[in-house]
Amino acid sequence: MSLLSIQSLDAFYGDFQALFAVNVALNHGETVAIIGANGAGKTTLLRSIAGVLKNAHGSISHNGEAIGALSADAVLARGIAMVPEGRKLFSSLTVEENLLIGAYAQRSEPEWTLEKIYDLFPVLAEKRHDASTMLSGGQQQMVAIGRALMSNPDVLLCDEISLGLAPVIVKKIYSEFPKIKSAGASVIVVEQDITQAVTVADTVYCMMEGGVTLSGKPSDLTKDQIHRAYFGVGVDE
Amino acid sequence: MGVGHIKVGTASSRFAAWIASGFILVAIFLPFVAGRSLLQDLFFIFSMLVLTQWWNLLAGYGGLVSVGQQAFVGIGAYAMFGSVILGNVDPVVSILIAGFAAFVLSVPTAFLAFRLHGAYFAIGTWVIAEVMRLGVAQWKAVGGGTGTSLPRSATRDMWFVDGISVLFDVKTSAARDILAYWLSLFLMVTTIAVIYWFLRTRRGLALFAVRDNSQAAQSVGINDFISKLIVYFMAAFGTGLAGGLIYLQKARISPDSAFSVLDWTAYVIFIVVIGGIGTLEGPIVGVLVFFLLQSLLSDFGSWYLMTLGVIGIAVMLFAPKGLWGLFTERTGMELFPTRRQLVIPEKET
Amino acid sequence: MIWLETLIQGILLGGLYALFAAGLSLVFGIMRLVNLAHGDLIVVGAYMILIIVSILGINPFVATFIAAPGMFALGWLLQRFVLNRTLGDDILPPLLVTFGLSIALQNALLEGFSADSQRINAGALETASIPVGSLSIGIMPLLTFATAILVIFGLNQIIFRTALGRAFRATSDDPITASLMGIRPSSVFAIVTGLAMLVAIIAALYLGMRASFDPSIGPVRLIYAFEAVIIGGLGSLWGTLLGGIIIGVAQTFGAAINPEWQILAGHLAFLAVLLLRPRGLLPRAVD
Repeated sequence: MSLLSIQSLDAFYGDFQALFAVNVALNHGETVAIIGANGAGKTTLLRSIAGVLKNAHGSISHNGEAIGALSADAVLARGIAMVPEGRKLFSSLTVEENLLIGAYAQRSEPEWTLEKIYDLFPVLAEKRHDASTMLSGGQQQMVAIGRALMSNPDVLLCDEISLGLAPVIVKKIYSEFPKIKSAGASVIVVEQDITQAVTVADTVYCMMEGGVTLSGKPSDLTKDQIHRAYFGVGVDE
Repeated sequence: MGVGHIKVGTASSRFAAWIASGFILVAIFLPFVAGRSLLQDLFFIFSMLVLTQWWNLLAGYGGLVSVGQQAFVGIGAYAMFGSVILGNVDPVVSILIAGFAAFVLSVPTAFLAFRLHGAYFAIGTWVIAEVMRLGVAQWKAVGGGTGTSLPRSATRDMWFVDGISVLFDVKTSAARDILAYWLSLFLMVTTIAVIYWFLRTRRGLALFAVRDNSQAAQSVGINDFISKLIVYFMAAFGTGLAGGLIYLQKARISPDSAFSVLDWTAYVIFIVVIGGIGTLEGPIVGVLVFFLLQSLLSDFGSWYLMTLGVIGIAVMLFAPKGLWGLFTERTGMELFPTRRQLVIPEKET
Repeated sequence: MIWLETLIQGILLGGLYALFAAGLSLVFGIMRLVNLAHGDLIVVGAYMILIIVSILGINPFVATFIAAPGMFALGWLLQRFVLNRTLGDDILPPLLVTFGLSIALQNALLEGFSADSQRINAGALETASIPVGSLSIGIMPLLTFATAILVIFGLNQIIFRTALGRAFRATSDDPITASLMGIRPSSVFAIVTGLAMLVAIIAALYLGMRASFDPSIGPVRLIYAFEAVIIGGLGSLWGTLLGGIIIGVAQTFGAAINPEWQILAGHLAFLAVLLLRPRGLLPRAVD
């Protein structure tokens, strides 16, 4: 049984259908990368999983239980946390308060504590009492990841971590992923940066116009296949 | 070929235009057959309708949620009283002075209020109205805090009253009611016509654009500041006229009644909400419902107001587009279409 | 010397206005919700205390403690089942719903208690005063002011020192992201309004002990309270106290010049501050 399984998920913004029968599976200990151009439906998929968008109850299941129609707080309570696109730190809260709010709905024995987050991203310990708006983009992204981890998730959803950050920072952040996974979280990353996604992922899904156009292990997929699935045209055309 | 044209009217709107013309004609000649109390009721309905249309233009189209329109009712009323008592102006003329006074005062008011947005605007306009109420209470020549009455001589010698009195063979007091009724009818019809015209001008359309999608409107360079300012000034002028007219009919004034937030803003807001905000038809429906409720329930005093409050809450929560909104959802009818429709002719075969 | 006394009276009066305004400021700061029924809810609180005092024959301060859970529940239910449905970008729904509530409450009170003026009897406390130099300062205004400071200090402790307060601020910043943290915005908002009603019952106690009240006085108190909130700055409770003091001082000085100018002077001070600082004196949150 998959940890998280998405089956024929349709999603709507009002009358506008954004996802068409999407199927994605995340297994224990796995990292799934979802790639695709702007507007392909990647963020909509994550928002659907996280409960920001409500869906048909059976279309998303976690540990075999349907969660598609749960609200965001109920989804988090089940152990699915999200690092939202654009980081979305709380501007009225300090760095440390942003981390602490992640533990607001603390379930069970905490795997992640403030100390462990500061071990993961030592720079945050120095800035702990600063306003979150004072940080650099990379540091803000670290806070956003740390904040999600503080709820001790078994599924971590990361939306466009690399967006707007220097490549060296992106690399640094992704280099901490093994530690995050060893603490018990399986990960879904949404990325526009194909190279980065292919490097970290066990399975890659490529989305276009609200549907999954390609999926498989990175080693099994050719560059041309990905290109077609991503842009709708091949490299040579 | 294949180029569409823009159309504003609908079949129901042309029908409505006929009905409206018929209604106006009947209304003009009504005093020949109707009794005094019916005319007084209609005066109330028409003058409330004027107030509600202006508030609806402000809040429903302009997004300017004012809780202080009683300022302009009060200023209009007091300008009317002042010019009659101190300037010996004829009361009919002084109604125009009422409108101008409200307009003049709305300029400094706008300077203050337009620095505020949303809730701040609402509270700010309320405070401004309170300041005017307290300020007017210091004006001893028109009775200060306790108020005063229109001098008998002024109302007796009012223009047209003698003529009407002879024409209808009634006492001057009844003739005054007929005159007030005609004035209110005229004011109501002109108000709706002016608002309808304005909403179809370029300035009016800017309001729609910003109301429906503020970001998109700004991105194509639509700035609705001037439109909102115009709306604010127009509403002040129109509300001032109505204030002057209402107090000409009452013939007795006090700061507390002329600047009453309950009478001139709370009721007005309820009427607009119950009828349907952001439409021209809504206030008409609302004012009729309001009048009905008042006639049926006003003997119950506080129960009546309690009911009114609860109805207002219920409509806002469960039918935010009001009764008229419910009606158009079911039927698709619009009597005063302000939206433009693109009509694309079918391809010739 | 008379001016010093006027100044002190004004500052202490500002404490009363700050008490009226603190709950409003909390609700406005966190939810951007304009509660036009806040003044009437305070009056409801005053009647609750009055009833408890007259039935049980106990001290009004004790009666306030007894009434407090009821007021919290009232606020919680109101927010959970009515006001939460009005929140959004459009300010009209909350304005209208609370306006309707204000009128319904006023008339319900009128029906239940008549238009007669009432007063909560505080015994000797009402007239007691302490001499300071050549001045004498009333115990009651002093107590009101001290309570205002205590209430604001307490609210700030909750907002800035507790997990609940973090949830308040986070939800205020961004309710959707807050829900991703496991916070349920509708529940948080219900607690905020419950808390605001706890402050309202304290305000009601002083309202009823210091002057007579009747069902219709809510809106006037509401205006003073709103003025304090707005000139204090959105989201700052100390700003609200400062705003209350400015209104209070302006009113007492206005009254010292001409008794008819008391209220007018307060309003003019409000407009003057707004003209110079449209976002208030100590704005914390961005509107």
